Amino acid sequence: MVIELRQFHQTFFDESLEGLANMESSLLRLESHPDSNALDVREMLNAIFRVVHSIKGGSGTFGFGWIADFSHLLEGLLDDLREGRRTPDKPILDLLLRSVDCLRSLLDAARTNGTVDKRPVEEVTLALEDLRRTSAEGEPLETTEKVIVSATGWRIVFRPTAGIFRSGNDPLRIMRELKRLGEMKVRCDFQALPAWREFDPESCYLGWTIELQGDISRPAIDEVFAWVIDDALLEISPIAASVKVAQGEASAEASTGGVKLHGTSLRIATHKVDTLMDVVGELVITHTMLRQTATHFTSEDLPQLFAGLSLLERNVRELQESVMSIRLLPISFMFSRLPRLVRDIGEQLGKRVELRLGGEQTELDKTVIERISDPILHMVRNSLDHGIESPEERRAAGKPEMGYIRLEAKQKGGNVIIEIEDDGRGLPYDKILERAMSTGAVAPNTRLTPEQLNEIIFLPGISTSESVTDLSGRGVGLDVVRNNVRGLGGNVEVSSRPGHGTRFVMRLPLTLAILDGLGLQVGAQTYILPLVSITESVRLGLEDIQRLPGGGEVFAMRKDYLPLVRLHHIFGIKPRSEDVSQGTVVVIEADGSRAGLFVDEILGQQQVVIKSLETHYRRIDGIAAATILGDGTVALILDAGGLIRLAHVNANPPVAVYDTTATDSASGTTLH
Amino acid sequence: MATILTVDDTATMRQMISFTLGSVGHQVIEATDGAEALEIARGRKFDLVIADVNMPNMDGISLVKNLRTLPDYRFTPILILTTESQDKKRQEGRTAGATGWIVKPFNPEQLLTVVKKVLG
Amino acid sequence: MHTMTAAIAEKTSASGAEPLYLAFSLNNQDYAVPITQVQEIREWSRVTPLPNSPHYIKGVLNLRGTIVPIIDMRLRFQLVEKDYDAFTVIVVVNVRDRLAGLVVDTVSDVLRVGPDERCTMSEFEGQANRPFIEGLAQVDGQLLILLDVQRLVNPEDLATVAGSS
Repeated sequence: MVIELRQFHQTFFDESLEGLANMESSLLRLESHPDSNALDVREMLNAIFRVVHSIKGGSGTFGFGWIADFSHLLEGLLDDLREGRRTPDKPILDLLLRSVDCLRSLLDAARTNGTVDKRPVEEVTLALEDLRRTSAEGEPLETTEKVIVSATGWRIVFRPTAGIFRSGNDPLRIMRELKRLGEMKVRCDFQALPAWREFDPESCYLGWTIELQGDISRPAIDEVFAWVIDDALLEISPIAASVKVAQGEASAEASTGGVKLHGTSLRIATHKVDTLMDVVGELVITHTMLRQTATHFTSEDLPQLFAGLSLLERNVRELQESVMSIRLLPISFMFSRLPRLVRDIGEQLGKRVELRLGGEQTELDKTVIERISDPILHMVRNSLDHGIESPEERRAAGKPEMGYIRLEAKQKGGNVIIEIEDDGRGLPYDKILERAMSTGAVAPNTRLTPEQLNEIIFLPGISTSESVTDLSGRGVGLDVVRNNVRGLGGNVEVSSRPGHGTRFVMRLPLTLAILDGLGLQVGAQTYILPLVSITESVRLGLEDIQRLPGGGEVFAMRKDYLPLVRLHHIFGIKPRSEDVSQGTVVVIEADGSRAGLFVDEILGQQQVVIKSLETHYRRIDGIAAATILGDGTVALILDAGGLIRLAHVNANPPVAVYDTTATDSASGTTLH
Repeated sequence: MATILTVDDTATMRQMISFTLGSVGHQVIEATDGAEALEIARGRKFDLVIADVNMPNMDGISLVKNLRTLPDYRFTPILILTTESQDKKRQEGRTAGATGWIVKPFNPEQLLTVVKKVLG
Repeated sequence: MHTMTAAIAEKTSASGAEPLYLAFSLNNQDYAVPITQVQEIREWSRVTPLPNSPHYIKGVLNLRGTIVPIIDMRLRFQLVEKDYDAFTVIVVVNVRDRLAGLVVDTVSDVLRVGPDERCTMSEFEGQANRPFIEGLAQVDGQLLILLDVQRLVNPEDLATVAGSS
């Protein structure tokens, strides 16, 4: 029977990477708390050892010999550490952290069948080998000389100890094994059998003399007795022998090379699958009930039919929730990458930074986590690079030398909020303004409120540092961060106090797949507007609309004037009516700006399944995604922020109408 | 066919053992560490226990010792998983009452051979 | 469309290494795309228009849960517009897991196009559709324009034209 090992690869890679992440955070903890109590340290070292040990075992099994070799070396060092032969000092921890990186890249290369940057691996390997050579307790050299004896037959005297059964071994099994090797003659020795009164049925009193005929190697016999060698008196002698000495043994181990893997996998808690199974079970029952009702249906069965339908509705909702919960992962999956990053960069910059993490168990859709990882890393890098000051500078400012970066995740309604806060020097508003003016994003000699300044740093070309370091990132600015987050239907905002620090607040949808929306009708088209971007809806008369020179339209909303966006106009479709009084205006809000969206009719609230437009087409301004309606047709999901921006572009020249009283008002006349 | 308890803190190993033994008709129950295994073993009797040595909570050697104190497990075959270099662990295991060992890394065929040997 | 599927199946099963093409007509000219890139052929059905998109993107269609853009090939090639009728079909193509529907006048045949059928193409300046033409062939005395489907559904190309429209 052939069992394909490849099917276990995904589990192996997932598990190994997870183990490495844990190993990394333990190492960082060891480093930052060198005075931890000995028991904790030992437990951590044990856990780290187990991770490496498992990787070694797995990679050996799957033929990733080079990973097994590397892990073996590493395991040696870890064993020294946990046995107390070495102390986990800074250079050792450094080396271990670098080993984590090596293993990661080795595993990744094995997984994707790709190549690996050999240099770091070779460097770490050399360092590990050096340590082993200087190891206090060197491994004894294994003798490579082995005596291989073959014979025409063997005489074996086997007398197990009385307690052999208690190790789960059975002389009968051993006989069976031997018989497989060749022709066998057995003589039983009853001499040790006690008197009946003293007989203990759980003890073994028998011995055997066995003659085994055939061309059988000694190791083959040794192997049969390997487990009981300490529980028996054993004599093995050749009947007619020839002896030869072999130098070493050719290793038949050949690595089978890398493998290719497709797709990603999701590790799911068993209880979530159980819940899913329960719901499916209920669904099946409901289906049976409905079918029975339908088979002999009379009008009297109507109440039963409706009961069945409402049951079905509940089942479907539970099924949906249950499947959604499977896609949810704790954000610790992402946060766990940060301690290492903060440590490495902090060290590089000579800054002392404490990383505070909160709400790590907050769950988010797997895709959302994947897509916010880079933006979050970028913001943390930014804080380290530009936010947190050097210890000297902090001391001079009367702040503790050690700064902090705090990340906290929490769920709030259908959203997850992630806050990234530091106690650094805050945003350099004068520089931001200067830069915005030099790039032409802001007209010269403009005065902006702090809130407007906070928006400006999200414009392209503003947040990239003047001295481009390799730290705060590859020229990626906060504009890209905001775009990524918006692409997920979320948003990011910043606030800052000079000298005290900066705080980013990221709002993300819990899941990407389902959205609560409001159906809107414009002409023949149905659109879905996400509920989160709606503040209210109003009916306006012609007299409420004021035309601005240049073509823009505004209307009064209590004490503010909001721009009116005619959806049919910016989308180029034919409405039922151009007359504002014949339709409805939905007030939408995004990124601190508001606008009124004029549509023919509001259809009502509904939940829709989000389908990407970009899979087979591309992004469209003002459109977030698409969905499929009950009748099978496609409806587009609107993007409030995009619509407001489109409205500004369409109004030509840029309109000077903004919600000036709103504290978080964004762009002004000065912005393009 | 036999009911087998496999104890390992690595999912990869558990999965491989379960799948391999399951594919020839054995019923395999998984435990992630010694403590859990002992808990499961108290509730029912297995024909064979296959345990890793290095595990959190309760390692394989302690598990063997503890299992041997249970009336149901006095003679049950218990195999420990060790690597080539863990000679000492093998001896410890034997002293603790393990029936034998399987040397890691092993492939499914090797596992089946050993299990067949033990179960007869 | 059963007959068409049957025809494809029949021709595909026939031996011979020369690639099969699905031929369709646009404004009385025959075009063809490799049959390996054709996922299915559908009757014309109403689509959802996309704002701020090139005029030849008629909109999107729900293809068993997937949102697929529909390209009017007449408009794509700057030909005269024509009302859709009973013969109008959507050829759904699949290139490297990217789907698109091509609206054509009618699907005519499945043809084998080997080196013998291929003819040379003299380049001439200003041929706007040149990037989408992979080659020319002559089958039964008729000129067949072989299309580069990948280029046709390339998001970059769709985007650039969108910007200029």
